[in-house]
Amino acid sequence: MNQNPPNTIEVTDLTVAYKDKPVLWDVDLEVPEGILMAIVGPNGAGKTTLIKAILGLIEPAAGQVLIQGAPYKEQRRLVGYVPQRGSVDWDFPTTVIDVVKMGRYGSLGWIRRPGKKEQQKAMEALEKVGMSDFAERQISQLSGGQQQRVFLARALVQEASIYFMDEPFQGVDAVTERAIVTLLQDLRASGKTVVCVHHDLTTVPEYFDWVMLLNVRRIASGPVEEVFTDENLRLAYGGRVGFLRERRAAQ
Amino acid sequence: MTLPDLLNNLLFDYTVRTVALGAMVLGVVSGALGTFALLRKQSLLGDAVSHAALPGVVIAFLLTRSKASIVLILGAAIAGWLATIWMMNIVKHTRVKEDNALGLVLSVFFGFGLMLLTFTQRLPDSRQAGLDSFLFGQAATLLTRDVLTMAALGGISLLLIGVFWKEFKLLSFDREFAASLGFPISFLDILLTTLLVIAIVIGLQAVGVVLMSAMVVAPAAAARQWTDRLGVMLFLSSFFGALAGLIGALISSLGSGLSTGPVVVLSISVIVLVSLFFAPNRGLFWRWVRQRRNRRKLRIGSVLSNLYTLGSQHGDPKHAHSIEVLRAMNYGRGGVQRSLLTLEERGHVVREDEHKWALTESGLEEARKITQQSPQSE
Repeated sequence: MNQNPPNTIEVTDLTVAYKDKPVLWDVDLEVPEGILMAIVGPNGAGKTTLIKAILGLIEPAAGQVLIQGAPYKEQRRLVGYVPQRGSVDWDFPTTVIDVVKMGRYGSLGWIRRPGKKEQQKAMEALEKVGMSDFAERQISQLSGGQQQRVFLARALVQEASIYFMDEPFQGVDAVTERAIVTLLQDLRASGKTVVCVHHDLTTVPEYFDWVMLLNVRRIASGPVEEVFTDENLRLAYGGRVGFLRERRAAQ
Repeated sequence: MTLPDLLNNLLFDYTVRTVALGAMVLGVVSGALGTFALLRKQSLLGDAVSHAALPGVVIAFLLTRSKASIVLILGAAIAGWLATIWMMNIVKHTRVKEDNALGLVLSVFFGFGLMLLTFTQRLPDSRQAGLDSFLFGQAATLLTRDVLTMAALGGISLLLIGVFWKEFKLLSFDREFAASLGFPISFLDILLTTLLVIAIVIGLQAVGVVLMSAMVVAPAAAARQWTDRLGVMLFLSSFFGALAGLIGALISSLGSGLSTGPVVVLSISVIVLVSLFFAPNRGLFWRWVRQRRNRRKLRIGSVLSNLYTLGSQHGDPKHAHSIEVLRAMNYGRGGVQRSLLTLEERGHVVREDEHKWALTESGLEEARKITQQSPQSE
């Protein structure tokens, strides 16, 4: 037996197609344990699709996903998920604490209702994202950044060891961005692995250890200092390299 | 007829009592399931299901020659359910969008149902009489055993909502997250939709296929106005549904020619209107009041700061100015005179002669506060 599995996530030959159009083509991905990883790429590169296919939310045409050596279906409890904030209707009649408790539904299983224990875990999670004062707030009254923090709290109560986050920094205020970065670092410090779909190339080296450049196919994947190169970025983003000059100017 | 008479009828008149009970049962069940339909943006599904149920009713009659409600409800449920599944599959496997699929399935099933109905009515048999009451509903034909059938089916639906409360809530709020946790989304989807189909078909005899969708959408839409909690919303929605059923049954018992179904639907429409306008927070009336209050506050603030600006140009902040100047500065905003009168009441301004106004000491203070709060506005 391999006592020390090198990769906590192993994706091989993952291919997803909508009708006859390939969205992901033969993608391999290896993620070692305990790192913060960004998935970057242009619009339509298949970043969200990759996460959803790994989580089994989209049926892949081909390929295999292993989470700590076993298929995702057997490892659900190890995985937490933060969907895009815009994927739900925030006018839904419910409160912040209620949404956070939903993160416990998986371990509760069928029919059993959340109780005192869930309440306590949810409050702790809200504390961590700085939202404990908002516990009883109706969710439609939240700002974008607060919504994002509620989603993060919901993922925290899943008590997973691997987290997939879909654009957690999308459209949040500076305070929230700082809070999320701190949270990601805390997660890494406690040995968790986090994979984020990310949009802002300028913050990749600052926030993340590893990066995957994706554009339908995998362009490159590895430690930021090794693969986050102008050459790879040009390959991923094609001719749109205006930001590269900005990047150099910034350095 | 007076209120005591109505109560007397309700308690002791068999027909009125049965109709009222039936209408209330359908209101409770459709109100509860309508809550989920509304939140899952499936309100139109109710319309499609109820129309699609018509051929099921006629075929069930043709096969059994029975008009027992359990038989007809079963037929309606099967047809409504098939229509729903067909619709879901169209959306899943083709490029046709949901609204188109709804329209398509609705008209195909309903047209087929109407054709069967016309055909059945020409049969040399008298038992089919009254089958066409499924179009607009005829609550007066409800018998005790019909109401019991409705109550039993409705009770089962409500019970299942209670059992799968947590799952249905998660499904309605965030289905992808639910899927990532391992809940079988398609199964829950079909279960909840099946319960919606049941809620609709048990109301068909009383309210009819044409109006039944209102009983799905309206109570939930009204309830949403009053609360921000799912549980409370479901309870209120059921309550409004039952209330409309009761009121509708009572009103229609007053006069001849007042069919129960439409009166029930009208009652729930009144509840919706009242809720839309007068519910706290979400009600349009209160929103309007809040807007007016804000606008007035802004107007008053702007008149104050204008007086202040004008005054400082003279080196004397309490210099009096004519209302015409203020009107020019607030061009298009109006209400200058009224703002001044309000300010006078509060002691922030004084009228020096017919048309001239000046700040008082307290007005000066207020004006300074306002100008400091918004440094960018001059």
